[in-house]
Amino acid sequence: MESVAQTAFPWVVWFVAVLIAFQMVLMIVAYTVLAERKVLGWIQGRIGPNRVGPWGLMQPFADLLKFIFKEDLVPDKSTKFVYYLAPIVALTCALMPMVVYPFGPAITTVDWSFLPWHLGDGVTTLPLTIARIDVGVLFVLGITSVGVYGIALAGWSSNSKYSLMGGLRSSAQMISYELAMGAAVLGPVLLAGTLDLNGIIRAQQQSFFRWFIIPQFVAFVVFLISAFAETNRVPFDLPEAETELVAGFHTEYSALKFALFFMAEYVNMFTVSVMCAVLFLGGWYVPGLSHLVPEGSIPYAIVSHIVFIGKICAFLFFSIWVRGTLPRFRFDQLMNFGWKFLLPVALVNVLITIVVVYFLNI
Amino acid sequence: MEPSLASYLALSGILFTIGATGVIFKRNALGMFMCIELMLNAVNLTFVAFSRYYADVTGQLFVFMVMSVAAAEAAVGLGIIIAFFRNSVSIDVDDASILKN
Amino acid sequence: MVTNAVFFLFAGLAIACAISMVYHKNPLYSAISLIGVFVALSCIYVILAAPFIAAVQVLIYAGAIMVLVVFVIMLLNLDDDRPLNRLKYLYAVGAGLGLILLVQTFFIFYAVMRAPQNPVVSDVAIGKTLNIGANMYSRYLLPVEIVGVLLLMAVIGAVILVRRLNQPELERVVEDELTRRNQEDEIGDFRISI
Repeated sequence: MESVAQTAFPWVVWFVAVLIAFQMVLMIVAYTVLAERKVLGWIQGRIGPNRVGPWGLMQPFADLLKFIFKEDLVPDKSTKFVYYLAPIVALTCALMPMVVYPFGPAITTVDWSFLPWHLGDGVTTLPLTIARIDVGVLFVLGITSVGVYGIALAGWSSNSKYSLMGGLRSSAQMISYELAMGAAVLGPVLLAGTLDLNGIIRAQQQSFFRWFIIPQFVAFVVFLISAFAETNRVPFDLPEAETELVAGFHTEYSALKFALFFMAEYVNMFTVSVMCAVLFLGGWYVPGLSHLVPEGSIPYAIVSHIVFIGKICAFLFFSIWVRGTLPRFRFDQLMNFGWKFLLPVALVNVLITIVVVYFLNI
Repeated sequence: MEPSLASYLALSGILFTIGATGVIFKRNALGMFMCIELMLNAVNLTFVAFSRYYADVTGQLFVFMVMSVAAAEAAVGLGIIIAFFRNSVSIDVDDASILKN
Repeated sequence: MVTNAVFFLFAGLAIACAISMVYHKNPLYSAISLIGVFVALSCIYVILAAPFIAAVQVLIYAGAIMVLVVFVIMLLNLDDDRPLNRLKYLYAVGAGLGLILLVQTFFIFYAVMRAPQNPVVSDVAIGKTLNIGANMYSRYLLPVEIVGVLLLMAVIGAVILVRRLNQPELERVVEDELTRRNQEDEIGDFRISI
């Protein structure tokens, strides 16, 4: 019994960790939808939804029930297999990076010998990242690149003009700004010397002034702009704006499949917010907290985690704020801006960073 | 217990075989291109397997070069396909000023 | 034991997607199957302790090259593959080549299994990004630079291939095409057609 428990224990831990992270991401995404409607309402001089529950806090559940009970239409001439595959690809590729997010510092002060069957012998640290891979940044970039397929296949398989145009434009925009995003990400990676997300946070841990937003401000701005373009948010949401192409690539999707696309967009927003917080704002590091609470203890981890979620919510709020404020780009303006301005600026930033790192550290 | 080197080489050989027969059976240029990519990937797998079993990083670096060459080949090959398609089909419905004369 | 099971799972997935790619006549289904092959191969690279190559495989092959292929399929609105009518001999050639290659594969498998097995010198640090980067810019600098020049050539070539012709060139190209169409016969299936 004991050896069975010992072989199965890591798998059980991973399973439970993935469930907890999945639940947390989905809850944050659901309440981001509500926050967007309320904040947009306040910007536009009205109150957002406030009928369902106090201050509209049960609105996401009402939305979910609405999506489940809507009629599920499938266009007659669509390619059925690809039509069903597209929202699955979009949501899966949006959710997969959650296994590398550094949710908090490792907990080292707990003695795990209270667990039965000698499961806790020799275990000294509980890291708060599900998969600690060396190439975390490349993993996230790669998975978001594969997420383009959800949109392209959705646009094509619906067999309708608006969907095809919206899908092609949206995917062209996404792959153009992926390059600028990758080049912007290279700056902090060069300063930290590692592609590991926890390593990048550790490199920003000396003090507040080591946060990479200060030496890499240009990269931060480029990353923010590319993040808006990657997630198809205003001011880059021409492919799915209601006044332009009906609803772009998800015109022909209804009910639960549309809910999957909708969730995929907000989970993508969450992903780029996490990357922004980790790469530029120091992730879960709270300056000065290690003087108040011993590092590696449970209160330290809890406070760091809450501050990390706070940083992510700040970026989500900024994204909603921009949505309420700026007009949208025309498609050719958008492509010009991405290729002719943003990508060269990001590359020049990488060049300058390389020169500075080489001459200061060697 | 890890799979031995022979298993990886066998998998690579099978993928290469499938790609080679695919190149012969496919009629359109894009299908042939995709089968060639499959063959290149089978060779990549051989390189990485040898790099692991003989602890030499040369294999993985060569995989990097092969990927760059495949990307360059994709760009130029797809450009040729588009140019070919454009010249053989779309001339009839192109600029109206041609028909004006 | 777990590694073996995971390897067979991903190997089976790769082979199934490869056969599906060759079997389908619709180019979009072939492209989707090929993406499946790439993702399965990326997982096998992780088993081989090459995380950098695994991430780069997804990023470049599945995330960039196949996006281009899928774009071309959608933009050109390609039809399904036509059956080999006048080219029935290709079935025999393909089957023969496939058989020869399969026999060679089994021979390699048998020979490597029978060869004296050196103890596996498995140094996991060779797959790490630091090691690859250090080697790339010290021992293997020349191939990296040559690949850079190659990519520049590819960019220039691609841009020239798909540029829009200005008016005098366009008229000349149209005239040549019209004279060619007046003169040509029905060549038939021996031309590579899309």
